[in-house]
Amino acid sequence: MKKYFPLTKIIFKRLLAFTILGSLLNLFSIPVFAQNALETIQKTKTIKIAIPTDFPPYGFVGVDLQPQGLDVEMAQLIAQRLGVKVELVPVSSPNRVAYLQTKKVDLVISTLGRTVEREKVIDFTHSYAPYYQAVFGPKTSSIKSFNDLAGQTISTTRGSLEDTELTKLAPASAQIKRFEDNSSTVAAYVAGQVQLVATGASVAAAMAQKNPQLASEFKLLIKDSPCFIGVAKGEDALRMKVNEVITAAHKAGDLERLSQKWLSRSTGELPE
Amino acid sequence: MNVEFDFISVLEQWPILLTGVSWTLGLTAISTFLGVLSGLSLAWVRVKKFSALNTFIKVYVELIRNTPFIVQLFFIFFGLPQLGLRLSPEVSSLLAMTINLSAYSSEIIRAGIDSTPIGQIQAGKSLGLSEFSVFFNIILPPALFRVWPALVAQIIIVMLGSAVCGQISTEELSYAANLIQSRNFRGFESYIIAAVLYLVLAVVMRLLLNQVGKNLMFRGLLKNG
Repeated sequence: MKKYFPLTKIIFKRLLAFTILGSLLNLFSIPVFAQNALETIQKTKTIKIAIPTDFPPYGFVGVDLQPQGLDVEMAQLIAQRLGVKVELVPVSSPNRVAYLQTKKVDLVISTLGRTVEREKVIDFTHSYAPYYQAVFGPKTSSIKSFNDLAGQTISTTRGSLEDTELTKLAPASAQIKRFEDNSSTVAAYVAGQVQLVATGASVAAAMAQKNPQLASEFKLLIKDSPCFIGVAKGEDALRMKVNEVITAAHKAGDLERLSQKWLSRSTGELPE
Repeated sequence: MNVEFDFISVLEQWPILLTGVSWTLGLTAISTFLGVLSGLSLAWVRVKKFSALNTFIKVYVELIRNTPFIVQLFFIFFGLPQLGLRLSPEVSSLLAMTINLSAYSSEIIRAGIDSTPIGQIQAGKSLGLSEFSVFFNIILPPALFRVWPALVAQIIIVMLGSAVCGQISTEELSYAANLIQSRNFRGFESYIIAAVLYLVLAVVMRLLLNQVGKNLMFRGLLKNG
């Protein structure tokens, strides 16, 4: 028994050391965040906003190597209304929430959908733009409802939200062709192997941009999942301010203009 | 670590699995028939040494044997439509498998034919048999018998290779496993079940084809007296 005693002691000592170190770090971090984000933004005259750069048309890098897209313009619009400079921080889908949690950015404008899991760790403003999964097809096809999909071939990405929903909504005689990833799903449609394609709005927009000869258009809405702006937990002042900006922009028709410009579609209902 | 397996939730989807097995078997059966038949013809042309055709076949065989199957498949499904040739996923898969097996089997069968002793052919000719008769009754049966195990192995490889046909939405066995996995997130169980089914298919096919091979030999021996 004696042999184990020193080991327990060492462990205990280390634990104690970690605890002290941890509280010290906490002490240091408190002054940094004592000031709320809105005050810091107004004082430094800059706002740091996380945007996507790999998700056209919401956020992508143009030929001039500058970020552009709906999310990017939204970020610029908010900065402008707040009367501050914008500092764009490129993020990816998996790390965008972490950027906000660690306060590397003040806002995340990155096609962020509001989910129960995310609401546990960050707060959301009102929604600013639509995002949706839909069925797309050529202008010549007259699809009005899910029943019209009978006998049609539709490509989709296996296991995606649109696959799950479409499988439920489409009639039994609709042939859903499932592919491994978005690029194969789109390729099958572009090659004319299927009549319609069910995919996310951004994927469809990029497809339409690269293949104007297809004259593809929006046919049926599968599911709406609008984009919200993410704010760190506890930054209520900033969240209220951004909400004011969004409401004003909505009234002034700025949100509609952005949606039409980048998505060729009305914003529709934007939930608060 | 507490691991729980739920094979039931995968086996519940048996209609999908059954469709998968049927497509895998069906595609393999048809492509084996067409592929071996065409491989046989190609091998015959090559041993006859028709010069122009020979070069053409050589290029074809090298092209197929030195490129990945999935690239051939994607070329047929995603590439050919640009030239106006649109084939359904199933026909594309069948075509790719047939073309693939045809190239490999022609080389395997040619090896068998080339190993036929010249005396055997001369004996046939001296009996006054026609060119056709010499090839089909004297050269081919023992030649096929010699390369049968290699040919069976190649057919099994094509059957297992058909797993990638799911990538172009042909509803074969791996497509079924992928689909089930993406619906209930039971990856381990889905793929174990698919693997077992493939194993059973391969073993049964090998046994059946070996039986066919034996019959082939006896038929050859009988015909050759």
